[in-house]
Amino acid sequence: MRFELRETVPPFLLLVTPLGAILLSLIICAGFIAAAGAPVLGAYALLAKGAFGNTFAITETLTRATPLILTGLSAAVAFRARLWNIGAEGQFYLGAIVATAVGAHVDGLPGWLADLALATCGSLAGMLLLVGPTLLKLRLGVDEVVTTLLLNFIVLLFVSAMIEGPLRDPLAFGFPQSAPVSDGAMLPKLVAHARLHAGFVVAVVLAIVVAVIDRYSVLGFEAQAVGFNFRAARFAGIPIEQVLVCVALMSGGLAGIGGSLEVIGLKGYVTLDMSPGYGYAGIIVAMLAGLNPLGVVASSIFVAGVFVGADAMGRAYNIPSSIADVIVAVSLLTMLLALLFARYRLRRK
Amino acid sequence: MSAIEILLTATFWAAVLRIATPLIFGTMGELICERAGVLNLGIEGIMTFGAMIGWLTVYEGGALWQGLLVAAAAGALFGLLHGALTVPLGLSQHVTGLGVTLLAANLSYYVYRLLLPTSSTPPTISPFQPVTIPWLTDLPFVGPAFFAQMPPTYLALAAVVLIAYVLYRTPLGLALRMVGESAEGAEAQGVNVTAMRVGTVVVGSALMGMGGAFLTLAAFNSFFFTMVQGRGWVCIALVVFGSWQPGKGLVGALLYGVFDAYQLRLQTVLGQVVPYQVFLTIPYALSILALAVMSRRATVPQALMVPFRKGER
Repeated sequence: MRFELRETVPPFLLLVTPLGAILLSLIICAGFIAAAGAPVLGAYALLAKGAFGNTFAITETLTRATPLILTGLSAAVAFRARLWNIGAEGQFYLGAIVATAVGAHVDGLPGWLADLALATCGSLAGMLLLVGPTLLKLRLGVDEVVTTLLLNFIVLLFVSAMIEGPLRDPLAFGFPQSAPVSDGAMLPKLVAHARLHAGFVVAVVLAIVVAVIDRYSVLGFEAQAVGFNFRAARFAGIPIEQVLVCVALMSGGLAGIGGSLEVIGLKGYVTLDMSPGYGYAGIIVAMLAGLNPLGVVASSIFVAGVFVGADAMGRAYNIPSSIADVIVAVSLLTMLLALLFARYRLRRK
Repeated sequence: MSAIEILLTATFWAAVLRIATPLIFGTMGELICERAGVLNLGIEGIMTFGAMIGWLTVYEGGALWQGLLVAAAAGALFGLLHGALTVPLGLSQHVTGLGVTLLAANLSYYVYRLLLPTSSTPPTISPFQPVTIPWLTDLPFVGPAFFAQMPPTYLALAAVVLIAYVLYRTPLGLALRMVGESAEGAEAQGVNVTAMRVGTVVVGSALMGMGGAFLTLAAFNSFFFTMVQGRGWVCIALVVFGSWQPGKGLVGALLYGVFDAYQLRLQTVLGQVVPYQVFLTIPYALSILALAVMSRRATVPQALMVPFRKGER
């Protein structure tokens, strides 16, 4: 048996791949659900209902999808150029804490201007955080996987120091949380009595912008060339350093915006558990989408649905809610497998 | 106690070895994987799972050594998964490794919560105790500092010696290094590249599992969710710092132990003036610094992250 590269991948296969991967993941995870003593089909039905069963469930899922779209885009943009940014979690938190720090002082500004200012500050913070590891990679050959991962821990400690120190909310009865941003800076809600906020629209618009850059701009072309074949790209005269720094700015910026939108969209303040691993889940979102920016929107809604639905499922059948993370992690591995079979065909010798 | 006096106490140096032990296991595990040409980013999750399953085994009535063994076996299974996906199938080692980490870490939370649904304060076990060695432990200063450790610490040090011996002094080690430098060359010499790589990843991951188990069976006595705290990622940095050599990797792990033990004690001296988070940042920041200083000089295994498919160029 050996693998043979397909010359052309039929388009229907590209669509079937993620669906097949998700199905396989659900089959594998059925074992874990059965281990909890719950009926598998009933549990999955409840998961789907909890995620998409009524208007409120759908708004919850889309609310959860908002940060995932942005961290997913962050990973997709970077991975396309083979810049392994695993630091979206840290960039997300830094964006959030910077937006909060600035957001406490924007009282006089009109709402839209305050939002714009805070999102810009958040994205700048995310950008700066990724430029460091990128330059270390380019200048000193330091593997960016480890540096971005370690920075996640440093940022989390920094955020912790901030919300227990200078940015502490004195009215929070000792709960570790930051002082809130001014009310005027909060994003408008999209649906009455639900948490879904305008950040979702911003995220979708940014996905379209990234798709356009990816498809129609010189930078998008160059970034893909660098990712596809580094040496050929250099030989063709593509300024690799410049391209990778631009990619890093985009990737870090997107994750940073994600953090700031989460603050001004939902609670208005930062806690240490505001992200249940959105940065890491973004990598899965990006891979499920085959690194396609528009696909990221769809896959984040799926991943968010699993998270929201698993809560409903867990309550009904006493299944620990971390089953959602397990399903999503398995679907990353099955997606990698599915992609392999889409790109190669298996030949008997 | 002043900041300098800390360095002169035997308990400080005993703590250094204790803190370094899980990192020695993890670094050695990652080192042999990378020496065979496979980056194993599953390490963080495998350590978490090892910590959970080792603890659970003992909590359910198993012996401490049994817990360590079960953790090694569980690590080996995740290693088999990573090896199978990245070696014969040639999937991206970066993304697969992250997938393995996310799967192993979340699966350990799932299993823990499934079996102990309501415990808010983590239940405890009675962990490994330091053993004394006849007359070595009685030596002044050196005795209590280095010869009153818990048994797995000696096992970790033995593993370093064994790995160094196998790597540099046996045909097996030669084949392993060859596979990591040039898969084609090794193949031409009759080495089964796939088996060699998968086997090494399995053994390396077993060591990672034991490193995780040390946390719950010796360093602490219970399992909690954020337990591993990036130690796996630090191990990957230590492999680079040690230039892919077991001896230097050990030095790196011990240095990490020195800084971590020192910052813990410095917190009690300076904790009033400086926020404690600053001290906790030190080990991570130093790891990044070490990478920046050492990366250029490091001799990377030439076939690291290069997948090998028979008969394909």
